[in-house]
Amino acid sequence: MINLKINGFEVQVEEGTTILQAASKVGVKIPTFCHDPRLVPHGTCRICVVEVEGGRNLPTACTTPVYEGMNIQTESKEVVQTRREILDLVLANHPLDCLTCEKSGRCTLQDLCYQYDIKETTYVGERKDFEVDESNPFYYNDQNKCILCGKCVYVCSQLQGTEAIGFAERGFPTHIATPFNQGLEQSTCVSCGNCVSVCPVGALMPKSKEKFRYWETKTVRTTCSYCGVGCQMDLVVKDDKVVGVDPAMGASNEGLLCVKGKFAYNFVNHPSRLTTPLVRKDGKLVETSWDEAYEVIANKINETKETVGADAIAAFSSARALTEDNYLMQKLMRAVVGTNNIDHCARL
Amino acid sequence: MELFRSHVLVCGGTGCTSSGCQKIIAKLDEQLEKHQLEKEVKVIKTGCFGLCEAGPIIVTYPEGAFYSRVEEKDVERITEEHLLKGRIVTDLLYKDAVIDGEIKSVDEVEFYKRQQRVALRNCGVINPESLEEYIAFDGYKALGKVLTEMKPEDVIDVIKRSGLRGRGGGGFPSGLKWDFTAKAEGDQKYVACNADEGDPGAFMDRSVLEGDPHVIVEAMAIAGYAVGADMGYVYIRAEYPIAVDRLDIAIKEARKAGLLGKNIFGTGFNFDMEIRLGAGAFVCGEETALINSIEGKRGMPRPRPPFPAVKGIWNKPTLLNNVETYANVPQIILNGADWFAGIGTEKSKGTKVFALGGKINNTGLVEIPMGTTLKEVIYDIGGGIPNGKAFKAVQTGGPSGGCIPADHLDTPIDYDNLIALGSMMGSGGMIVMDEDNCMVDIARFFLDFTVEESCGKCTPCREGTKRMLEILDRITEGKGELSDLDKLESLSKTIKTASLCGLGQTAPNPVLSTLHYFRHEYEAHVNDKKCPAGVCQELLQYVVIPELCKKCGICAKKCPVSCIDGVKGKEVYIIRQEDCVKCGACLEACPFKAIKKG
Repeated sequence: MINLKINGFEVQVEEGTTILQAASKVGVKIPTFCHDPRLVPHGTCRICVVEVEGGRNLPTACTTPVYEGMNIQTESKEVVQTRREILDLVLANHPLDCLTCEKSGRCTLQDLCYQYDIKETTYVGERKDFEVDESNPFYYNDQNKCILCGKCVYVCSQLQGTEAIGFAERGFPTHIATPFNQGLEQSTCVSCGNCVSVCPVGALMPKSKEKFRYWETKTVRTTCSYCGVGCQMDLVVKDDKVVGVDPAMGASNEGLLCVKGKFAYNFVNHPSRLTTPLVRKDGKLVETSWDEAYEVIANKINETKETVGADAIAAFSSARALTEDNYLMQKLMRAVVGTNNIDHCARL
Repeated sequence: MELFRSHVLVCGGTGCTSSGCQKIIAKLDEQLEKHQLEKEVKVIKTGCFGLCEAGPIIVTYPEGAFYSRVEEKDVERITEEHLLKGRIVTDLLYKDAVIDGEIKSVDEVEFYKRQQRVALRNCGVINPESLEEYIAFDGYKALGKVLTEMKPEDVIDVIKRSGLRGRGGGGFPSGLKWDFTAKAEGDQKYVACNADEGDPGAFMDRSVLEGDPHVIVEAMAIAGYAVGADMGYVYIRAEYPIAVDRLDIAIKEARKAGLLGKNIFGTGFNFDMEIRLGAGAFVCGEETALINSIEGKRGMPRPRPPFPAVKGIWNKPTLLNNVETYANVPQIILNGADWFAGIGTEKSKGTKVFALGGKINNTGLVEIPMGTTLKEVIYDIGGGIPNGKAFKAVQTGGPSGGCIPADHLDTPIDYDNLIALGSMMGSGGMIVMDEDNCMVDIARFFLDFTVEESCGKCTPCREGTKRMLEILDRITEGKGELSDLDKLESLSKTIKTASLCGLGQTAPNPVLSTLHYFRHEYEAHVNDKKCPAGVCQELLQYVVIPELCKKCGICAKKCPVSCIDGVKGKEVYIIRQEDCVKCGACLEACPFKAIKKG
């Protein structure tokens, strides 16, 4: 175990722990843009710099392992000055359109500018000027807002394994791009939206049909209903309407979702969505109770089995049901009804 | 082995190649054939002699006659007079090779006399494409010694005791690096050579590779033995085609001779190496970016720790040294740690190669013992400033270094002294500036380079250097304010302390050092809107001095934008400032020096 001090607090952590991890252990919050515990630390944004006694420069908390006797200050005068300068530089190349930006309210840049009291940039000079890539059906890529933290690139390559995006050009013109700048639609992007979920600013944003502010919403933790993996996610809800989905750190998904989980939530509030069972009466489908629906099904199965035989009955179950429920469905067909006519939409 | 009575060494370095040494060699061959001297005189194309300013260079032995700026037409006389009749052609010799009518051999010339060549010892001496010539000059003897007489830890101990420090810029003790890599855990280890020399005007490593490629092969094999690696990579920029070719030949020859490959010298030690070409990104000279590039990834630095000695190429322990560092290794092994430690200063041992450039008479490559003063290098070896101009500053360390003014010329060159002066050793670029150089413009030039070469990964370097350049641009255009100077200083501090890699951490040095030593020049640009050196175009005015104007009209004729008015023979000419593009054509054209710049 390694003993060190953070802002005067004594901390004991295991060898190999980073300053950022050690700080969180004693409740000291260090700001980050590019850090994600699931990624190989890359030290890109430099906002998490801290002061280490006896050190030459300001190391980044996210990449620097602790050592015995380390004495760290996370909000010293020099650290604060450096973070303010970095924010100033970021703002010098970022539109100040928080009034209409969809990200407002949960934008890390906005939060940190508030925390460090940066109202506007002190620099005048060249700014980014990119066309917004709207070619993906589910999200926008606005490079003018990108702060090049790199999280989207690394999530795509290290976690999603798609490698649809990367860094293009170098120095000041660096930007996130698809191969040969052909746009997302032409790329290998699978629209999982995991890049969108980690973007700390408004560069990657879902194409939402709703106008809402994050402070108007509440989140509801749920399990994705699309397949049996059981991804945990937070529905973003405004006025009892789902307006977005964020992945949650569930055991089976670790903060990732697929295109369906992330973007295909509009069915929840869709007017055509079935909310009660329907039975056909006099040639018309009419709403009914679950009890009646089950009775109709049971009667018809029994009747068909007696008159025609069990193999005249088939069941088609859904990937949106849990694995356990699908198992029960086939068990019902084979053991109770007596037929192997059972299939599942995920097979098609 | 054939014996020759005379050897004609023709420089085949990049400088002399571009000034036509190939044609000279062809002409020499033709002339020797004509006089039937092919069996008596041998022509050898060597690596760089260092005095590029005097190229193409021919040195003939045994006399050591030093012919400079040789043209194709001179070859006939050299052959007939010197090679056939034994009479040195004095008027074709290098200017300092004849003093008071006495002919000096190449070693006695002032430029070479004060140098001590360790890394460059074979450059300009042997044919770099010949393994035999390298072996004849003690080549692969150090490898033989290491493999047959020394344990890996003994090798590391020698390197440690020699005091050798990294010649790529950082100056980290090489022995420690070797030790770390040797002690790192891993079934596979690599050694790598950084030949991605990128400082503007620097060509030290290029010359070593072009003039003595086997020394790198030998040194890397020694390093491989010391740290337990069986594979080496040389990362070399594709813009060095001659170096790449010659190194490739050296690797193949060494392989053929059993000096690379399996069971070298029958000792059971295996080592092989490959070349990896860089595409010209300056940042790939940074060790972690170089490793990424070798792996086929984008050349962007990784955070350290972990250091390459622990996790390098493909996350395996990797020893990474620069070309010049390796070039010292075989000599250290052969002559001993004490010999090397006996050269130089207390903390900087051995010699250092510098590429002398800028406003200096002897542009070229010099190798001097550490501790030589800047003055000795610039005046005694470099021959001082051309055209009687006054020295203003010397820039060391390339875009990462700083400008050192005249007051500090007596400083002995070593790693720590240069850092104390706000500059650094860097890989060895040394650019001399005279009174005609504007220091704000110089700072702007280097910043322009770093902005172009920043990889774009970390915020302070990507965004910060760009803003510094914009501020400098404004100052050189006369739009600067005094507060800009404070802004430059505070921004520099952030970039230095918060950037990810050495590129960003040192990028503000040219600005900081010029602000420190030449603040008055910045202030003149900001307060008086004047460029004291007369360099910054926007702050310049070309004016006709009425008393001197002879009304000839030549200036008006030369002006490309027709902004000079007057009547020939009758009226003094006047330059319309609002239309002037400040090209300086009038100043050059005026036969009466009636136009002034200021």
